[in-house]
Amino acid sequence: MSKPSRNLERIQRSLVSRYRAEKAFRLCGIAAVTLGLLAVLVLFADIFLKGKSAFSATYIQLEINYDQEVLGIDDLSDEGALMLADWDRLHKTALRQEFPQVRKRSERRELYALVSNGAGYDLKERLLSEPELLDQTEKFWILADDDIDTYYKSLLKGRAYTARLSLAQLERVKQLIDQDRIELQFNANFLSRGDSREPEQVGIKGAMFGSFFTLVITLLLSFPIGIAAAIYLEEFAEKNRWTEFIEVNINNLAAVPSIIFGLLGLAIFINFFNVPRSIPFLGGLVLAVMTLPTIIITSRAAIKSVPPSIREAALGLGASPNQVVLHYVVPLAMPGMLTGSIIGMARALGETAPLLMIGMVAFIADVPGGFTDPATVLPVQIFLWADSPERAFIEKTSAAIMVLLAFLITMNLSAVWLRKKLERRW
Amino acid sequence: MSIKKTFEVFLAITLVLSLAATTSARENIEVVGSSTVYPFSTVVAERYGRSSGKATPKIESTGSGGGMKLFCSGIGTQFPDITNSSRRMKKSEFNQCQKNGVSEIVEVQVGFDGLVMANSVESPVMKLSRKEIFLALAAKVPGDKEGELIDNPYMTWKQINESFPDDKIEVLGPPPTSGTRDAFVELAMEGGCKAIPWLAAMEKTDKRAFKSICHTIREDGHFIEAGENDNLIVQKLQANPKALGIFGFSFLDQNADSVHGAFIEEVAPEFDSIADKSYPVSRPLYFYVKKAHVGVVPGIQGFLDEFTSEKAWGEEGYLAEKGMIPLSTEQRRLTGKNTRALLPMTGDEPLK
Repeated sequence: MSKPSRNLERIQRSLVSRYRAEKAFRLCGIAAVTLGLLAVLVLFADIFLKGKSAFSATYIQLEINYDQEVLGIDDLSDEGALMLADWDRLHKTALRQEFPQVRKRSERRELYALVSNGAGYDLKERLLSEPELLDQTEKFWILADDDIDTYYKSLLKGRAYTARLSLAQLERVKQLIDQDRIELQFNANFLSRGDSREPEQVGIKGAMFGSFFTLVITLLLSFPIGIAAAIYLEEFAEKNRWTEFIEVNINNLAAVPSIIFGLLGLAIFINFFNVPRSIPFLGGLVLAVMTLPTIIITSRAAIKSVPPSIREAALGLGASPNQVVLHYVVPLAMPGMLTGSIIGMARALGETAPLLMIGMVAFIADVPGGFTDPATVLPVQIFLWADSPERAFIEKTSAAIMVLLAFLITMNLSAVWLRKKLERRW
Repeated sequence: MSIKKTFEVFLAITLVLSLAATTSARENIEVVGSSTVYPFSTVVAERYGRSSGKATPKIESTGSGGGMKLFCSGIGTQFPDITNSSRRMKKSEFNQCQKNGVSEIVEVQVGFDGLVMANSVESPVMKLSRKEIFLALAAKVPGDKEGELIDNPYMTWKQINESFPDDKIEVLGPPPTSGTRDAFVELAMEGGCKAIPWLAAMEKTDKRAFKSICHTIREDGHFIEAGENDNLIVQKLQANPKALGIFGFSFLDQNADSVHGAFIEEVAPEFDSIADKSYPVSRPLYFYVKKAHVGVVPGIQGFLDEFTSEKAWGEEGYLAEKGMIPLSTEQRRLTGKNTRALLPMTGDEPLK
């Protein structure tokens, strides 16, 4: 046998095992990707299935008489009278008329518990928006209590949860169901209100606005500062020990756990500069410090990827270094910088840990109107609702997660879109 | 817009915003403190905000200890006005407050919270004594001879009491950082400790050794730290019917279809049994008010009136509906009167 043919044989033998190894490696890869996708799918499906019922709420139809005598109001523009009026009596009277057999005090309490304790405020709003209803009677769909809501939804699913209701209450609900006076309607409150301790009255708007104001501050601070730092370090700074030291520190900062930035916020912004706690301005400051390293690192990478030929051509045509950077390098690096910033922002949107230290993990019922009103943010809202004992908060938690996910996906998609749109290849 | 311009605009906006932020007087009450009182305090805050038309008080859940620290940091609108606590203020905290100029503190006890040990409805209801709880959960238990301590040998419930099922001891509970854990250890475990005569005698002679024996929970896998989230413990109990969980009464109240509470000393954890104190594992809930802030921060007086009104903390008030166990009528009358008069603590109270 000659040597070459023996070698050929060896190669062919090893070829089989090499192909096998490659195939196995590929399979592993596919398995890993499928597993990952499956996990995401299960997670999303679970959240979606649990959360979708939060977008509807149970309403009970009652015949409401906006009795002038009961309310003690002659003139709807009289603020004082509006404040003093016993709005709850409107639906209490309606309920008593509906179920005249209820006499005893304790039974009445149970009866009143059918509707949300915020119903009086809803009726007030209704009357103020349609003043001609004063002293009139109308059929009005009134928000049900969260226990009724949970029961009715579980009943529709076929597994009725009755533990929170008394037998009498169950009977009344049944009567209402038979008369078609109870139904699920779109839960508009969820998108238009702030936090509440009554699950049927909660809304995500407060947290959404809080997140928005916080992120505006974060963006306004971290984007210009981050990009300026990146341009200086990449284009103008000399390469010496100092800049190396700064570079190492920036890379380290990007890996620091986010709660540390919260401590920094507490020590410096609150204790030293006396910025009030719990406001979006403060949250924005802390998150800006947290996002800065990410933005600097990605922006530097983007600037580095601008081909030297562009720079040299510009310099060759007589542009000053300043003009080269501002007219050519930065516009070309912009897509990369924007992507980095948006991803940094998305991370900031999902943070709770640094906000814990600066008082943004709090119950705040009023929807914030600006940068200095106390506010909380979406992930904190999720955390707070997940911790609440009331059963009806489970679906609200999932729904809030859906809102947060929608925001994150939108931000990430816009990053992809921006990159695609602005990117230049050569 | 050129890039230079963009930077200038950014800078201008940032400057304006930072100026706006530093000039602010506080319109809303700030409350910090216990996560156990948080669900009750927030309800009052919300009702107060809606009915008065004023800004709704802002309530942070920082834990009792964290709340005290913030509260006692000083007087002025950058410090909170009220702190919630699931235990009484400690002597050291009171002194800290005094040192920082918070001299007049109004103490308000609002009600009780029951702690329950519960298991899935698929398993039978457990009937435990505090001594049995201690034997099941302590790191070291008394051996055969008096005065001897051995590593906890009990693996199943049956080994503790013949009438119990032959299941592995598995208890899910909060981590040491939690106030619920503190209260459970103090009320249930220490209570069980005292049922053993020579240990009870030790409390008088060597208090520190007594505490370390009675307060140390076993770490051999039979007690599982399940995090601060009580909902999570309830879910885990549904998945594992053989396990028991420790959490607050309001969570039992809300999940009565999936878990039921163990009897302790023959008493079921129910609203009435906790209120009349026949159920032994319950703790008082408090909040503390800075008198110096009343009248400076608008609305504190109104918030206190709302909290101490019968429609809130009464036997049929909305806090009871949320799972808080009310004080007795006499206690409510007295506390309510003192609160409205803003009677500060004298420092002579028996604080720990």
